[in-house]
Amino acid sequence: MSRGNQNWLAGAWLFLGTIFSSSAWADTQLNLTEGVTAVSREVYELHMLVLYICTAIGVIVFGAMFWSMIFHRKSKGAKAADFHESTKVEILWTAIPIVILIAMAVPATSTLIDMENNDDSDVTIQITGSQWKWHYKYFDENIEYYSVLSTPREQYENQNGSFNGNGAHKGKNYLLEVDKPLVIPANKKVRFLITSDDVIHSWWVPAFAVKQDANPGFINEAWTNVDKLGIYRGQCAELCGKDHGFMPIVVEVKSPEDYDSWLNEQHQLTAQAADAEQAALSSSMSKEELMQLGEAIYMAHCAACHQPTGLGLPPTFPALKGSAVATQGIIADHISLVLNGKGMMPPFGKQLSLSEIAAVVTYERNSWGNDTGDIVQTSDVKAASEE
Amino acid sequence: MTTKKYESYYVPAQSHWPIVGAVALFMIAFGAGNYVSDNFGKNPTTDGYGGYLLLAGIALVIYMLFGWFQNVINESMAGKYSHQMDHSFRQGMSWFIFSEVMFFVAFFGALLYIRTFSVPWLDGAGNNEMTGAVLWPEFSATWPLLKTPDGTETTGMGWFGLPLINTVLLLTSSITAHFAHVALEQNKRPQLKAWLGLTIFLGLAFLFFQVLEYSHGYSDEMQLYLTSGVYGNTFYMLTGFHGMHVTLGCIMLIVMFFRILKGHFTPDSHFAFQAASWYWHFVDVVWVLLFVFVYIL
Amino acid sequence: MATEIINESLDDAHTDDHHDYKMTGIKRWLYTTNHKDIGTLYLWFAFIMFLTGGALAMVIRAELFQPGLQIVEPDFFNQLTTVHGLIMVFGAIMPAFTGFANWMLPMMIGAPDMALPRMNNWSFWILPFAFAILLSSFFMESGAPNFGWTFYAPLSTTYSNGSTAFFVFAVHIMGISSIMGAINIVVTIMNLRAPGMTYMKMPLFVWTFFITAYLLIAVMPVLAGVVTMLLTDTYFGTSFFDAAGGGDPVMFQHIFWFFGHPEVYIMILPAFGIVSTTIPAFSRKKLFGYSSMVYATSSIALLSFVVWAHHMFTTGMPLFGELFFMYCTMLIAVPTGVKVFNWVATMWRGSLSFETPMLFSIAFVILFTIGGFSGLMLAMTPVDFQYHDTYFVVAHFHYVLVTGSLFSIYAGAYYWLPKWTGHMYNDSLSKWHFWCSLISVNLLFFPMHFLGLAGMPRRIPDYALQFADFNKWVSIGGFAFGLSQLIFLAVVIKCIKGGKKAPAKPWDGAEGLEWTVASPAPYHTFSTPPKID
Ligand code: HEA
Ligand code: HEA
Ligand code: HEC
Ligand code: CUA
Ligand SMILES: [Cu+2]
Repeated sequence: MSRGNQNWLAGAWLFLGTIFSSSAWADTQLNLTEGVTAVSREVYELHMLVLYICTAIGVIVFGAMFWSMIFHRKSKGAKAADFHESTKVEILWTAIPIVILIAMAVPATSTLIDMENNDDSDVTIQITGSQWKWHYKYFDENIEYYSVLSTPREQYENQNGSFNGNGAHKGKNYLLEVDKPLVIPANKKVRFLITSDDVIHSWWVPAFAVKQDANPGFINEAWTNVDKLGIYRGQCAELCGKDHGFMPIVVEVKSPEDYDSWLNEQHQLTAQAADAEQAALSSSMSKEELMQLGEAIYMAHCAACHQPTGLGLPPTFPALKGSAVATQGIIADHISLVLNGKGMMPPFGKQLSLSEIAAVVTYERNSWGNDTGDIVQTSDVKAASEE
Repeated sequence: MTTKKYESYYVPAQSHWPIVGAVALFMIAFGAGNYVSDNFGKNPTTDGYGGYLLLAGIALVIYMLFGWFQNVINESMAGKYSHQMDHSFRQGMSWFIFSEVMFFVAFFGALLYIRTFSVPWLDGAGNNEMTGAVLWPEFSATWPLLKTPDGTETTGMGWFGLPLINTVLLLTSSITAHFAHVALEQNKRPQLKAWLGLTIFLGLAFLFFQVLEYSHGYSDEMQLYLTSGVYGNTFYMLTGFHGMHVTLGCIMLIVMFFRILKGHFTPDSHFAFQAASWYWHFVDVVWVLLFVFVYIL
Repeated sequence: MATEIINESLDDAHTDDHHDYKMTGIKRWLYTTNHKDIGTLYLWFAFIMFLTGGALAMVIRAELFQPGLQIVEPDFFNQLTTVHGLIMVFGAIMPAFTGFANWMLPMMIGAPDMALPRMNNWSFWILPFAFAILLSSFFMESGAPNFGWTFYAPLSTTYSNGSTAFFVFAVHIMGISSIMGAINIVVTIMNLRAPGMTYMKMPLFVWTFFITAYLLIAVMPVLAGVVTMLLTDTYFGTSFFDAAGGGDPVMFQHIFWFFGHPEVYIMILPAFGIVSTTIPAFSRKKLFGYSSMVYATSSIALLSFVVWAHHMFTTGMPLFGELFFMYCTMLIAVPTGVKVFNWVATMWRGSLSFETPMLFSIAFVILFTIGGFSGLMLAMTPVDFQYHDTYFVVAHFHYVLVTGSLFSIYAGAYYWLPKWTGHMYNDSLSKWHFWCSLISVNLLFFPMHFLGLAGMPRRIPDYALQFADFNKWVSIGGFAFGLSQLIFLAVVIKCIKGGKKAPAKPWDGAEGLEWTVASPAPYHTFSTPPKID
């Protein structure tokens, strides 16, 4: 056998190996999830009902076709009959489908009415989509935070080796994990107010059978009542630009007691953060500290558009490396651009703390060859935000 | 129903006009694409060539139309067209007008949707209670929408005055166009010229007042701009597209006028004239709808 | 039916002097007013666009072969998806059907040509320019449109990249082309039928194109309207789709789908027409229920105007709207069912043979019906909340479009190739084409149902690990299906170049005026109309 042939064979084996090395076949799911709410189970029942009806009709219709294909073929000497209409059968096969459809529409209607009934909820959460993260705001609790994909970039950019089988080097919840999940109590009616800051997104958790578009400028409502503790995962379900595939949703359903203690914890964290912010205003950070924090913030919040290299994706997302704003301009302009946004650049004043903004601006002014040497302190950001 | 008999049907020979027209449309579209993105895009520049390409394309289309219609006119004058051909042209024109109607349907649909759904919803109507309460607490729904959710203010255009005058003008012109047609069918050429001339005059007067109305809108005291929220949007887009159609209709009528001066058309063969007058009636009907839905209601 | 074989063109005093004269070289194609030439142009253009759109799909499938970002950036992936959808819909399927209309309608109704031949040429020649503009945006700094073939605002307005204006004007031109093409079809059918061919005597093929043409005239202008609003929202500061100015992004979807849903029937009704021609021919039995077919087609067309919001169940419409659109959508299953049952009844107790056109037609009936079933599942609003924007939808529409529209196009192409070229196609090669396509297409699209049910969203360049296995199979099916289409190219080229001479009527069960003229059909047919009794 020639070497060329061997290479070819090896390639073929590798290819076949890749296909069948199915570590994940075990997890592979064929059917719709039943979910963990009364509504999701109703939906699942409906799905199965229609599926069965369609299969049955299919068997009859295709059966008749195959019958004539087998028994009425010319090669077997079949002579064509010459009927070509019959009012009776035609009325019949108009009427029967109508009856079947009504049988399907009745349960569908009642499920739908159920799904659209948002009254008497126990907890209300406002969900805001923005490119490409979710913001959760507990309506009566003064708790709000962003929830961002936490799968490291190296994993989806295949930085440690690609093309070697089923996502080796990829974590178990690859692309379906976030830094801070939404937390809701079990056995309570939770109402979601869904909207968006920029383009249309869609908040979808299959296990709840909730999928509702987040339209900018409008609020859509949905609700759920989960009866099983656990962690449930979903994804953004409306094309929302570049990173639409990297905008997962994770919901943690806790028992009402755990939920309450979680709420307490969050209140404390909020208070602590406010204190830290106050403290930062009067103290100053070293350049190393700022750069370190800045890099972390940059990777989490800015790199999606401006890229880890600072080169951006021109012309839509400008490079920060060598950019006028980040190298020559007045620092206050740089800060206020990050605080308030501009065009497609989102405002970060709401998402990041003052010291985080100080850090990220410092980082941008001193990375990738930008060497202004500028140091921005929390108090500078405070001053800019009060203008 | 039975089909009309036909003996033979004129199939024109190869023609280079369509491909000229295709190139022209390409120049228009590509030029307009460049022009719009250069001048109105995110990073405006002024050194684009799009505008020139666009103008050249328009010039080429005009040249194409002249050449193409010249062919058709010559063939028609040479008696090559049968009755059936006339039918084809007529049916073609009616379906073309129907497609124009559907174009306006998109904009009227938008207007109705905005008025019956989106504006009230933004104020919390229907299943959008929270939209009004949480996102736009300051906003209250009115029509015309004189203050948008983000606070842009403008003034409404009343129906009395210029719009009413324009309605009268255009309705009258439809009648005079009809009389012109009657005159043509009775082969009364002087009356034909007079009625047609009057129609054109009324059409041009309409356009003049329309421009006047726009300049009122854009004045400092009204501040009704294309960008003044959905009221300004629908107002200018609907009346603007209508105005363009009036302009086109006027041009068609003017061309007919010159052809009549040259002695074209006979009482039983005057498809082009008929098409132009149909188009004129269509423009008129659209205006009446506009008057009701944009101005009065 | 016509009694004589008509094959003259020179001796007809009433027609144009240069009538018989056929230019040669490129000028023949640029200047032609001949419906057969223009039909050929449409068909080739459509096939080239199909290969282009297919090549984009191959990149999509290669990227999705494995989890992780392999070969394209996310933004470029979105451009691929968008342009794939646009090209397949507006560049491949629709022009292919217009090509069929041009070739076959005049011959089927006994007309000398299309009613407005010069305009016919124009409608074709602006198309390549429109797609040149669309494709040129790949080479622009900002890249091609990346907001999906449905271009939802505000992703396509405020948040679009710099090529939106080109996209808008390209769509305008496609729209003009379709409208003119449709007007030509309507006028030809209304006005040029041979004496005696009443509406209810027209072949069903003619009926379906007639109704499709009406749909086109009615909805293409609406598309033109909505892209115009898109243009002004993007560049001229209007706020049709922006709540801040009183508009609504969801209104975009309403207007778009008012066009978009009839549009999908524009892509399937002609397919119904084709298989309603081939199935009787190879069953050697008249089409069952001709008049109910006509009524069913018309009802589908009418219903298609009142179901558009089934694409928008998750947008937060009021309950009343959701119910209304669910019921109307479900109703469409009834007339469509009538058609399916009629085809089965046509085959029932026929005398069947399985030439390649018949194979594609049978595959059409079965696989389209599967696509219709998943459509019906999507129509159930509460369940659509789970299916919407997942691969289940992708599976649905590829079944109706690829194994539906595309397969019918293949059926029709094989059926009429002898008439077009004068040669029989290579039979065994064509069977290879069929069987390879049939197997690979199901490998390609069937597992997409599972992916969707398991929760894989559409329009994503990378996915979670539990979707890995099926995606691999889907990609393999995709490559195989793509390669199989090259067999068709080979068949067509061979058939044009030579092959067994085709008789005037190569199919013993075929009916219709087109089989009364020689094969290949003479350049001009029916300069004087045949008599129909
Ligand atoms: C050729 C194109 C074509 C055709 C013919 C259809 C046919 C149908 N489609 Fe499809 N559809 C598309 C192309 C098409 N569709 C496309 C491209 C999209 C996606 C667009 C996008 O978002 O990008 C889409 C999306 C789509 C959706 C939106 C999904 C979503 O985004 O959430 C829905 C929802 O209702 C739907 C429904 C239907 C229905 C009910 C039919 C019916 O017409 C089917 C009727 C046929 C049958 C039912 C089978 C035969 C009938 C019988 C054998 C009779 C007996 C049967 C019963 C009584 C059950 N389609
Ligand atoms: C009529 C329409 C039509 C047709 C025929 C096809 C054909 C195909 N489609 Fe397409 N598709 C759409 C209409 C169509 N599609 C639409 C409307 C969308 C939605 C877009 C959107 O979301 O906006 C879509 C979306 C879509 C997606 C989803 C993308 C996403 O959501 O991210 C995918 C993914 O697999 C896909 C795959 C394919 C494949 C593999 C084929 C194959 O059938 C193609 C086969 C053909 C060829 C391959 C060409 C011939 C071969 C060559 C040129 C030689 C080269 C061959 C090799 C290298 C093997 N399509
Ligand atoms: C959703 C995408 C996106 C994200 C995330 C993003 N930006 Fe931007 N950014 C943009 C866009 C788009 C512009 C161009 C704005 C314009 O000029 O219209 C921009 C411009 C800038 C500029 C000005 C550059 C110049 O030369 O004009 C700076 C500085 C900047 N961003 C900093 C940041 C920082 C800091 C972060 C994170 C905390 C960030 N950006 C996150 C999209 C983004
Ligand atoms: Cu957010 Cu997709
Ligand atoms: Cu639809």
